[in-house]
Amino acid sequence: MLDQIVFYFFAALAAISAVLVVTRRNIVQCAIFLITALLATAGIFLQLHAEFLFIVQVILYAGGIMVLFVFVIMLINLDISLHQAQYNRQWWLGLLLALVVGAHLILAVAVGRSVLPFGEPAPATMLEPSTQIVGRTLFGEYMLPFEIASILLLVAMIGAVVMAKKKV
Amino acid sequence: MADERIPFATHAESTVLGADEIVLNMGPQHPSTHGVLRVKLRLDGEKVIGSECVIGYLHRGVEKIAEHRSYQQFAPYVDRMDYVAAVSNGLGYCEAVEKLLGAEAPPRARVIRVILTELQRIASHLFWLGTHALDIGALTPLFYCLREREEILKIFEKYCGARLTTHAFRIGGLQYEAYDELEKDVERFCKPFDKRVDEYESLLTENRIWVGRTKGIGILTAAEAIDYGASGPVIRASGVKWDIRKAMPYAAYDQYKFEIPTGKNGDTYDRYIVRLEEMRQSRLICLQAIENIPAGPIMGKVGKVLKPPPGEVYHAIEAPKGELGYYIVSDGTTQPYRVRIRPPSLINLEAFDKMIRGHLVADVVAIIGTLDIVLGEVDR
Amino acid sequence: MHAVIQYLISIWVPLVCALVIVGVLPLVTGYIVLMERKVMADMQARLGPMRVGPHGLLQPIADAVKLLIKEDIIPDEADKAIFWIAPLISVTAGMLAMSALAIGPWFQIADLNVGLLFIVGISALGIFGIVLGGWSSNSHYSLLGALRSAAQLVSYETAAGMAVVGALLLAGTLSTREIVTAQGDYGTWFIFAAPVGFFIYVVASIAETNRAPFDLPEAESELVAGYMTEYSGFRWALYFLAEYTNMVVVASIATTLFLGGWLRPFAGTPAFNFLDYFPSALMIFVGAYCLYRAPKQPVKVQQLFMMVLGLAFFGVALILAAPLIGRVNDMLPGLKPGLHGAFWFLLKVGSYIYLFMWLRFTFPRYRFDQLMRLGWQFLIPLSIVNVMGIGLALVLHRQWGWSHWTAFPLTTALTLLVAGWLGWAGEKKDKEHVFVGES
Repeated sequence: MLDQIVFYFFAALAAISAVLVVTRRNIVQCAIFLITALLATAGIFLQLHAEFLFIVQVILYAGGIMVLFVFVIMLINLDISLHQAQYNRQWWLGLLLALVVGAHLILAVAVGRSVLPFGEPAPATMLEPSTQIVGRTLFGEYMLPFEIASILLLVAMIGAVVMAKKKV
Repeated sequence: MADERIPFATHAESTVLGADEIVLNMGPQHPSTHGVLRVKLRLDGEKVIGSECVIGYLHRGVEKIAEHRSYQQFAPYVDRMDYVAAVSNGLGYCEAVEKLLGAEAPPRARVIRVILTELQRIASHLFWLGTHALDIGALTPLFYCLREREEILKIFEKYCGARLTTHAFRIGGLQYEAYDELEKDVERFCKPFDKRVDEYESLLTENRIWVGRTKGIGILTAAEAIDYGASGPVIRASGVKWDIRKAMPYAAYDQYKFEIPTGKNGDTYDRYIVRLEEMRQSRLICLQAIENIPAGPIMGKVGKVLKPPPGEVYHAIEAPKGELGYYIVSDGTTQPYRVRIRPPSLINLEAFDKMIRGHLVADVVAIIGTLDIVLGEVDR
Repeated sequence: MHAVIQYLISIWVPLVCALVIVGVLPLVTGYIVLMERKVMADMQARLGPMRVGPHGLLQPIADAVKLLIKEDIIPDEADKAIFWIAPLISVTAGMLAMSALAIGPWFQIADLNVGLLFIVGISALGIFGIVLGGWSSNSHYSLLGALRSAAQLVSYETAAGMAVVGALLLAGTLSTREIVTAQGDYGTWFIFAAPVGFFIYVVASIAETNRAPFDLPEAESELVAGYMTEYSGFRWALYFLAEYTNMVVVASIATTLFLGGWLRPFAGTPAFNFLDYFPSALMIFVGAYCLYRAPKQPVKVQQLFMMVLGLAFFGVALILAAPLIGRVNDMLPGLKPGLHGAFWFLLKVGSYIYLFMWLRFTFPRYRFDQLMRLGWQFLIPLSIVNVMGIGLALVLHRQWGWSHWTAFPLTTALTLLVAGWLGWAGEKKDKEHVFVGES
C-alpha cells in the first residue's frame, strides 16, 4: 500500500514536471523542473531497490549535467529569449502526432496483453544488494562493451578539447 | 605607449577573445578600496585592460583652509590628511614653517620628534600590513598588527593625550615635555619588536599562497617609478635607494645609523619586504635615540605671533608613505599666502594604472593595498 | 511479540535519528559558529563573544532569534519563487546527505549499500541552491559568486571523488558501516594506508565547502558576500546552516573513510584499552573547568548556569562510564560501542572542523586562476595517480603476498614522487607565465 502511494507520487511528480519543462517559458524554471523530473525518476529507481542506478541518476544527471546546463543558461542573456517567439505555431501537428503515437502505444499494450506474457513483478524487498552485482557484471561479463563505451567517451572528450582550444 | 595614460580615450586594443569589454566600478563604497576611492576598471573577462581612479570623494579643501588660519592654527589640520600617520604630517609642517621663519627647534625637541615620528612610521606600516593581508585574505595578521600598534598609540596618548590625530609638535619645538617614562616605554616596545616582525613574517613571507598572490604583481621598474615621481617604499622596492632621511637629513636623523632597504623587482612582494625591513630599521633608530636624549629647552625662540618674512619654502620629509612635502608662501602676514602639499599617496596612486594592466580583478585589491594610500591624504 | 518489537525498532529508530538530525543540527551549527569565533579570537589575541551568557555560550541562540525576527528582504527585480526556494534546496541537500552517515554503530538512519556515493551525490545537489540563489538575486556580485562557486565545486568534486575512490578500493564496499568495520578488520585507519588520498580529500573538501583559503565565492574583499549578497534574515541564515552542514558532512566522510569512523584509536590492541576511560575523563575535565570558572562569573545567573553546565558534563561522563562497569556491560552489550562510538566519531569530526578553522585563519586567499590551476593541474592528476598507486599496493599485497608494511609505504612514496614532479613542473610553468608588463 505504502509502496503504491510512494510510486504514484514519484510517477505523478515526474510526469507533471516533464510537462512543465516544455510549457514554461522561463528557461531557468524549465531547468528546475527537469531536475525535479530526473530526481523523481531516481526516486522510482530507489523504490525498486536499484540503489546504484538511483545514485548514478542523481550524481550524473541531476548533479553533473544539470549543473552545467544551469551554468550555461545563466551565462546567456535570458531577457532576449523570454520575448522571442517559440516554435509552437504547429501545435495542432504536434497534437496529432502525439495522439497517433499514443494510440499506437495503447494498441500495442491492448494487443500484447493477450499475446505476450507479462513477467511476474519482482518482490522488491527481497532483492539482494545490487551495487556489487552491477560492478561484477560490468567488469566481468560486459567488459568489452564497457571499455568500448569508455573509449567512445574519451574520444568525445578529446574532440571537445581540440575543438574548444582555439589558437589564442 | 602614448595612450597609456588615458585609459578610456581609445578602444584600439583588441581583446583576446573578442568578447565585449565590461566596465566595472569598484567603490567608492567597497570594503577594500581603503576609503572612498572609486576605480573604474575596463575588463576583458576578468583581465584588467585599463583603469581610472576617480578621486575627490574626501576633498575638504585643506590647502584653502590654510589661507585663512594663522600658522599655528593650521597645524592640527595637517593631522587630518594622513590620519594613519598624523605625527609625521605634523613634523613636516612644523619644520617647513620653522624653515620659513629661519628658526630651529632645540636639540632635545628634535630628538623627541625623531622618536615619535619613527614610532608613527612603525604604526603606519603595521596598519598597512594588517589591512593589506586582510585584503588578500589572511585574517589573522591584522589583529597582531593592531596589538602592537596599540602600544604605540598608548605612548602617544601618554605623551600628548591624543591617539590618532595627535598634534604632537608645535612650530619651534614641542609643547609638552617628554613624560618621565617615555624612554622606558619606547624601550619596552622596541626591544621585543623585531621578534614580532619575525612573527608576521612567519605567517606570510614564505607562505606559498601569499607569494603567489604578490610576486610578479604590479611591477614598477626603477625607471618607471622615477618617471611617475613615486616615493617612499614604492620607489625603494623598485631598487632606487632614495630616502629623504638620508638624502636631506632633517630633525636629528643625521645622528643615527640606519640602512635603506631596497627591493629588486618592484612588485607587490618586494614592497612588502621593504616595509617590513623599514619597521626593523625604525626600531633601531628609536633604540639609538632613547639612549641619549639631550637635556635642555624644548621650545625654540619663536614668538607668540608668527610673522614669517615674505618668501617661499619647500620642505619635504620622509613620511611612512613617501615624500611628504610642504610648499609654503608667506606674504609677511600672520597667515600663509598659499600652502601646497605634496601628498605621497596621491603621487604613488598615479602609478596604479600602469601597475594593474594585464592583471586580474582580484589583483586590484592587492595593488591598491600595496600602494598604501590613505584617501584623506589623496583628496585632502 | 518479539517480531512486533523488531518491526517497531526498524521503523522508529531511523525516524528518531532523522528527527534528532533535523532538530539538533541547527543548534549544533550555531555552536560550530560559536566555536569558530572562539577559535578565531584565540588565534588573534582576542576574547571573542563574551556578552550573551557566560563566555558567550548563549550567543548562537541570540543570533538565531535575531535572524528569525529580521526583515526578509526580497529584491524588487528578483525572481521571487526561485529566490524563495534556493536556500531551502541547499539546506535540504545537506541534511539529506546526513541520513546515510553512521555516527556510531547505533545511530544511523539508513545503511544504504551505496551509502558513501549517496552522501557525496546528494550533498553535491546543494550547489543548485547556491547557483539559483545567485542567479535569482539579479545582482552582479551574486551571479559572479554563484558561477565561481559552481565552477569550483565541479572542479574539486572530481579530485575529492578520486580520493574517495582510493579509500573505497581498500574498503571494498560503499556502505558507511562496512567501511568502518573494514578498517577495524584491516588493523589501521585508511589514513595510514593512503595518506596522499587523505591529503587530497582535505584540500578538495575545503574547496567544496567554499572555506578559506578557497573562499572565493564569498571573497568579501572582492565580491562583497558572493551568492548571498542579497539575502537577509532567516533565508540568509539557511545558507549559513547549509554551509556548516556541508562542513559536517565532509568532515564525516573524511572521518568514516580515513579516520576510522567510530573506532577508538588502537581499537584492536588490548594494551591501549585504558583509552576507554578517555571519554569520561575528558567530560570530567570539561565539567570541572566549568565549575572552576563558575564563581568567577560576574552575575549570579551566569554562575548558576556554569554550575549546571558543569554538572551536566559530569552526568555525561557518568553515562559514558556506565558501559565500563562489568555488570552493565553484560546486561546491555551494545551500549559501549554505541555510546563510545558516537563519542569518538563526533570527536574526530570536531577535530577535522577545527583543522578547517585553523587553515582559514592562517592562510591568505587564492586567486581564481591559481585555484583552478591547483585543482586541475595538481590535485586531479595526483588523485588519479593515487588511485593507481593504491591499486598497485593491493595487487602486491593480495596477489603477490607482500606485507602491508612494504606494499603501502612503497606506493605512497611513488605517489609522493609524482606529486613532487607535478609541483615542480607547475612551478616551472608558472615562471614562464610571469607577467612582464603589457605594452
